[in-house]
Amino acid sequence: MSPEISFDLATIWAGLIAFAVLAYVMLDGFDLGVGILFPFLPEETDRDQMMNSVAPVWDGNETWLVLGGGGLFAVFPLAYSIIMPALYAPIIGMLLALVFRGVAFEYRWKTKAGKFAWDWSFAGGSTVAAFAQGIALGALVQGIPVEGRAYAGGWWDWLTPFSLLTGVAVVVGYALLGAIWLIWKCEGRVQQQAFRHAQWTGIATVVLIGAVSVWTPFLNEAFRQKWFVWPTLLYAAPVPALLAVCVLALWNGLDGQHERQPFFAALGLFGLSFAGLCVNFYPYIVPSSVTIHEAAAPDNSLSFLLVGSVVLLPLILAYTAYSYWAFRGKVGVVGDYHH
Amino acid sequence: MDVFDALTLARFQFAFTVSFHIIFPAFSIGLASYLAVLNGLWLLTRRKVYFSLFQYWKKIFAVAFGMGVVSGLVMSYQFGTNWSVFSDKTGPVLGPMMGYEVLSAFFLEAGFLGIMLFGLKRVGETLHFIATAMVALGTFMSAFWILSVNSWMQTPAGYAINAAGQFVVTDWVAVIFNPSFPYRLVHMLLAAYLTTAFVVGGVGAWHLLKGHGNPGAKTMFSMAMWMAAIVAPIQIVAGDFHGLNTLEHQPAKIAAMEGHYDSHPGAPLILFGIPNPAESRIDYALELPRLGALILTHSWEGSIRGLNEFPPEQRPPVQIVFWSFRVMVGIGMAMLGIGVWSLLMRWRGRLFAAPWLHRAAVAMGPAGFVAVVAGWITTEVGRQPYTVYGLLKTVDSVSPIAAAAVGSSLVAFIVVYFALFGAGTFYIVRLMKKPPEKVEPDLPTDEPIRAAGINPAPALKVPGVVS
Repeated sequence: MSPEISFDLATIWAGLIAFAVLAYVMLDGFDLGVGILFPFLPEETDRDQMMNSVAPVWDGNETWLVLGGGGLFAVFPLAYSIIMPALYAPIIGMLLALVFRGVAFEYRWKTKAGKFAWDWSFAGGSTVAAFAQGIALGALVQGIPVEGRAYAGGWWDWLTPFSLLTGVAVVVGYALLGAIWLIWKCEGRVQQQAFRHAQWTGIATVVLIGAVSVWTPFLNEAFRQKWFVWPTLLYAAPVPALLAVCVLALWNGLDGQHERQPFFAALGLFGLSFAGLCVNFYPYIVPSSVTIHEAAAPDNSLSFLLVGSVVLLPLILAYTAYSYWAFRGKVGVVGDYHH
Repeated sequence: MDVFDALTLARFQFAFTVSFHIIFPAFSIGLASYLAVLNGLWLLTRRKVYFSLFQYWKKIFAVAFGMGVVSGLVMSYQFGTNWSVFSDKTGPVLGPMMGYEVLSAFFLEAGFLGIMLFGLKRVGETLHFIATAMVALGTFMSAFWILSVNSWMQTPAGYAINAAGQFVVTDWVAVIFNPSFPYRLVHMLLAAYLTTAFVVGGVGAWHLLKGHGNPGAKTMFSMAMWMAAIVAPIQIVAGDFHGLNTLEHQPAKIAAMEGHYDSHPGAPLILFGIPNPAESRIDYALELPRLGALILTHSWEGSIRGLNEFPPEQRPPVQIVFWSFRVMVGIGMAMLGIGVWSLLMRWRGRLFAAPWLHRAAVAMGPAGFVAVVAGWITTEVGRQPYTVYGLLKTVDSVSPIAAAAVGSSLVAFIVVYFALFGAGTFYIVRLMKKPPEKVEPDLPTDEPIRAAGINPAPALKVPGVVS
């Protein structure tokens, strides 16, 4: 077992986990966003249509979260055991919120009198889950105190102005993704309202991404080095440049009432923000405390799980793509669902 | 031990969330296999009643499976939030196995569940049957990995300990097929089948009592009673083997289950009594001489190591283990009783005209869940004070988290679980209250089903075919 091989496996796994997290954010972002927008579209038939647009795919989307968490435990147990206690409250809050919105998909259609309660369960659960994810992200970026092999902070450390900002940013960003999903999947009244909500959430998302990006380098000397010091600046510079392209494409798409351009522009926005975060993190997995290398399990653990992942992940991706393709086209109103 | 310290609260939280969770997989493992059997019987015999029952239980499966997924999501994070030291130390061994559990569950959910639930008309009978069988296989694979993980914690093998104090793998085959795994896997799978059989039997009996003497109710009751008559005795034998394995690897657990403080040859079988740990004895014990020795050592003169041979800090909490074990065994015996009773009635040709048997079957409907939870309490409390038996203590596994944090999340879990899973159970019971129809309606395709996963339900529909 040479050190190079160990480096390779750990890096491959860091890439796979990052991929699972990004897949989760992009996929579940749409359906969480649909829930966040629920209060803005009060008509029951509109809500039926919104829920049906994500119903067939949301469960699979959420499984990426299990894969991200389970994967972290499997291949970076040290990082898992530091991050989870540090982010205790946001993680528990997110899980409970996901339970609320998860069961709402099923229960909402089983009752007439209680429908409003499951509407709130869906909207509230989606919003709280997104907010908790944003806070968790902010708390991770701002750094986690570690002593020995354990988290060494208090149980309110996650709560800071920066983490609140990232919490709001993720809620608004997911709402943008939700609106853009509805533009693509719906027609008529829902689509028109979605265009309106996409505009203000779009502006807010860009402003918030800007605020977080400006703040982040000042949290940590290592981040600052990457963005403002030559020559690392050279590698980091394309990220903001491409981000600007996405913002323009998003604005142009919404302005011209295009259905698909905003979708891909918003995906680009999220992908690039995520890439920016990865630039900040590398080579750490817990910023400025634990590197990918230090957190990795031994090689035989990494390779054991890699074998199965290499076989199963492509199959899962192919099936996911197939079902999105099978569901292409517009979602009608309920009762007219498959015609 | 303070009742409100972080460790006790974390233990209680894990016990609560995992007890809630195990109910759903226990049901869906059994139900998935039952659906596969019904589907197969329908294709083989072409009797409409099997297809009608398939459609009937499919709807209940969808709800139960969904609740299992949601409560399982919580479990996958619980290790990190409340048991971070345990996660760090055991991650290299247990993490990849749990990764396989997630991957197999994920694959099942993404691939075959949708086709099983919605795809019959689109993919044809053969592919649909394959999908149903794959769903059953997927639940089995999930159980395989998670029980291997649990068994490794009970009887660790194939490991070394590295410089950082982590367990690392030296032999994956020894890790996966650790000494207690085959016994635990068989015992749990049979428990899942029995649990499901008694739910199915209870629902069938209910509709027979209500006078809906329809073919569906008769068939499900009859099938469930065959399961009770055949599987209950097999389960008792499997449980006995599992017990012998535990005696070999975790003698203190057996001593607590049996209520033996003293070691002596020809140990009695204590039926009931009140454990008195302060005095190291069982008060008011009702016992059968030498039978304990016969069961555990298969010899009248056999000796069982009593709890007194273990230092007090290495003994599990006797009261809990003693009682939970008796609840499990008692229910197992009652299940056997129902099975024998049903054979008698069947032999007399009165299986569907035996109201007292039907009433007993309704009463026993949820008994399997109680037995499963009691069994898990026995094995999990019985391996205390360790999380990894003999190597890592529970007290050394817990996260550095304030008691207030664990306590408030515990309250939140209790409130949310009872409210939401209570509602889910209500919807399941409502489905069960409807008698099976001759032509059982399919799942409605104009409303989403949470458990459906990624499935192109409406897209799978053949245009023009009304389901």
